[in-house]
Amino acid sequence: MVTNNGLVYLIALPLFGALSLLLLGRRADKWGHLLATALSASSFAVGLLQLSQMLGRATENRPVTQKLFSWISVGSFKVDASLLLDQLSICFVLLITGVGTLIHIYSISYMSHDHDRRRFFAYLNLFIAAMLLLVLGDSYLNLYVGWEGVGLASYLLIGFWNQKPAYATASKKAFVMNRIGDMGLSFAIMIAFASLGTVSFTGVKEHAHHASEATMTAIGIMLLVAAVGKSAQFPLQAWLGDAMAGPTPVSALIHAATMVTAGVYLIVRSNFVFDAAPTAQLLVVIVGAITLMFGALVGTAKDDIKKALAASTMSQIGYMILGAGLGPAGYAFAIMHLLTHGFFKAGMFLGAGSVMHGMNDEVNMRRYGALRKFMPITFITFGFGYLAIIGVPPFAGFYSKDMLIETAFNSGGTKAILLGSTALLGAAITAFYMTRVMILTFTSTKRWDDNQHPHESPILMWLPMAILAIGSVTSGFLLSRGSALKNWLEPLFESHGEHEELLSPMVVSSLALLMVALGVAIAVMKYQLSDVDAVAPQDVSIFTRIARRDLLQDDINEALFMRPGQVLTAALVKVDESVVDGAVRGIGQMAISSGSTLRRTQTGFVRSYAMLILVGAAVLIAAIWVVTQ
Amino acid sequence: MQSLLTIQGPETALFWFLAPLAVLAAIGMLLVKKAVHSALLLAWVMITLAIFYIAQDALFLGIVQVVVYTGAVMMLFLFILMLVGVDSSDSLTETITGLRPIAITAAVGFGGLMVSLLGHATLGREPIGLDIANQSGNVQGLAELLFSKYVWPFEVVSALLITAALGAMVLAHHQRTNPRPTQREQAVNRFRSGSLAGAAGLPGPGVFARHNAVDVPALLPDGTPAPSSISATLKARGDVIDSSQFQLDNVDTTVVEEK
Amino acid sequence: MSINNYLYLSAILFTIGAVGVVVRRNAIVVFMCVELMLNAANLTLVTFSRINGTLDGQVVAFFTMVVAACEVVVGLAIIVTIYRSRRSASIDDASLLKR
Repeated sequence: MVTNNGLVYLIALPLFGALSLLLLGRRADKWGHLLATALSASSFAVGLLQLSQMLGRATENRPVTQKLFSWISVGSFKVDASLLLDQLSICFVLLITGVGTLIHIYSISYMSHDHDRRRFFAYLNLFIAAMLLLVLGDSYLNLYVGWEGVGLASYLLIGFWNQKPAYATASKKAFVMNRIGDMGLSFAIMIAFASLGTVSFTGVKEHAHHASEATMTAIGIMLLVAAVGKSAQFPLQAWLGDAMAGPTPVSALIHAATMVTAGVYLIVRSNFVFDAAPTAQLLVVIVGAITLMFGALVGTAKDDIKKALAASTMSQIGYMILGAGLGPAGYAFAIMHLLTHGFFKAGMFLGAGSVMHGMNDEVNMRRYGALRKFMPITFITFGFGYLAIIGVPPFAGFYSKDMLIETAFNSGGTKAILLGSTALLGAAITAFYMTRVMILTFTSTKRWDDNQHPHESPILMWLPMAILAIGSVTSGFLLSRGSALKNWLEPLFESHGEHEELLSPMVVSSLALLMVALGVAIAVMKYQLSDVDAVAPQDVSIFTRIARRDLLQDDINEALFMRPGQVLTAALVKVDESVVDGAVRGIGQMAISSGSTLRRTQTGFVRSYAMLILVGAAVLIAAIWVVTQ
Repeated sequence: MQSLLTIQGPETALFWFLAPLAVLAAIGMLLVKKAVHSALLLAWVMITLAIFYIAQDALFLGIVQVVVYTGAVMMLFLFILMLVGVDSSDSLTETITGLRPIAITAAVGFGGLMVSLLGHATLGREPIGLDIANQSGNVQGLAELLFSKYVWPFEVVSALLITAALGAMVLAHHQRTNPRPTQREQAVNRFRSGSLAGAAGLPGPGVFARHNAVDVPALLPDGTPAPSSISATLKARGDVIDSSQFQLDNVDTTVVEEK
Repeated sequence: MSINNYLYLSAILFTIGAVGVVVRRNAIVVFMCVELMLNAANLTLVTFSRINGTLDGQVVAFFTMVVAACEVVVGLAIIVTIYRSRRSASIDDASLLKR
């Protein structure tokens, strides 16, 4: 494989930014954000350079590596800290650094009134570095370092305003739920090492064919657990909604465009594992299908604009996971949807941030309305993102989502019909709730107080939104033109040939558009053509109530894990107190009681001591007397 | 073979006369209430012992016993007794339960066994007596030993004496933590204290009475005796005379206007 | 009369002194009882000196007296110090060891 010593700069530049901003402290307050943005942009430039070099090489020479240092060398077990940049990584590198840089620019203005803007940018740079390490690692162990790094950055950024206890709790919740996923990843690494003796991607790939299916299934399931935790998939989805506590640029970058898609990356990267483990693959599909419906249903009930978008993110990643679970046919489309989603969802989050910026940080959509006139640029960019996500041609989502639905229908057997229908229904619901967001925010009647003065955001904020909107419009078309992305990624996957076609692309597209039209129509009828309450109505059906409570995700977690956990810890504390402490205290008590018994001989009176001496002398004399008799 | 020791009749008589008295005095030491009486009884025991020393050809020790013990040490005891209160008479009731019976049982056992042991202990030879050792005089014999064989212990003991004297001075030394109040300050304090009753100072003994000896309490303006005018030592000894016996039978209290 | 009578007397006086140390509470009386015990021991030493026909016993008795004098000086100084701070010459009042 070709070596390239430039890869390290991709990571080193933002890492340097993070370290210098954190170490310099307040001294860097004045220019820290500029440095961070510049470093992120230069990392993007390095990425572009790498892409151009890669394009100049023949297909089989495209992946490049760089060995940084020998990390672990224990007997036959060797792990090098090496970077690998191939066709899959470069997509992510450009997405991360590109969208990341745009969000850096956006944040300069968005966070300009925050005391800790420098710290914010340090964390952002830390995130970029960790995420790049995640996608550039050439082994599961290297990936794991980045995986934990983004978890840390996510935790720090969700709890960035940790002076509010609710936000601090949200960051802890995200961290703890991510831990479960991380456990899965570490188990996968351990199983791979124990049974295959290697943890590098190429090593595992070589062993994948002749290892037992049970081993591969175990690794696959553990990788799925990791992906589920990081990507907020069912059943570890509960943290994403609360993660919206972080500043909006964070939600856009980490909890929409990049970090939460790391699960998809992991599954696609581990394609050789899942190809060898059909059971695990089936589980991936099921998780994806459940989550895409779950997120969509939650999205219909949320009044908080960021939480509605978060639910939508969850649902869209469900689509990606579904695609990644469909095998070689779906990998490319999962990645394509990931990239297009990165554009339009980041754009919409930035739009939401812009709206909040103009509305004094109000997040309740029922207090919005008619903002189209006050924020035309935000409206247009957000609208492009909206058209992209619901899949209106020729916007980006149309291409990527259509492909996924089509692949689902064509995956063969009964499950194909089931998955396809789920994906179609999901598209309809997506259209419904996104239209709802759009209408409630921009086009319905005004529902905000008179002391609100909605205004358009400054150029530093709308420029990134505009660029992302352009991406939302064009990326789908560009990536799918002549199956560009599919061919690009082709060498990485082992193709199994074409499946039979259940439905032709035309039929699928028509069906999808029909469903989207249906969803849009219902939303328009319900919200545009009738009045919307400024306060969420309480006399609603049980289904709405359940959906508002995130389909009871927290209640279920609390009932299944938290309460039994509390009972268990309480019981353990009791055991600890009575048995362990009891034993320890018992020993102490024994010493104390024997001491206090002995203490009674110690009256403190000199005379009683003198008496004891006298008695002792008498006994001594008696002994002499007895001996000499 | 050296001449064996024989104890002559006068010494026997002396022993049987004095030994019971010494034992009685020692037992009396335990039984009397007042420490002063104990001290006197101990002095008697010590003098008895001095006589026994002399009787046993230990002339020097007998004299030292009288001079050092009965003289100096007992004087010191009496001096300290006076210092800490001659009134410090013990109540002889025991406060530590079980101490007295155990102590007496142990003591009786100890003494009985000791006597019994001495009774059948043998040296394997007859007592020798000090006639030979004291040939050139008891004091000279002791001096010879002290300054030859026992010169090192003698020096150590002298060092001990000096150390003890120094230690006693250190112990008895009282460091003032604040300057001694002057008369002026005392007067100010009297006036600033809660009541003005003692502001003018304590009344002198015998004031307003016909008798002004130190053992008669002064009378307060209302005619009652003032307990604070009598030394605590006198009070403790019970040597206070009731001032009422010196009261005038009839005092002319009628106020006559001056002409 | 046997010379052992002096030893018996000494044993009896020693025992009485020991009882006094235990039974009496006035620190000064306790001290005097200790002196009694020392004197009883001295009598034994003098008697044994006579039995053995050497003056060594008397020398030791002499040393005992010196040591007893030292002890009295320091002991009484301690009593005075305690009395000064606690206004009591009872040795039962100086029972802080038990706490």
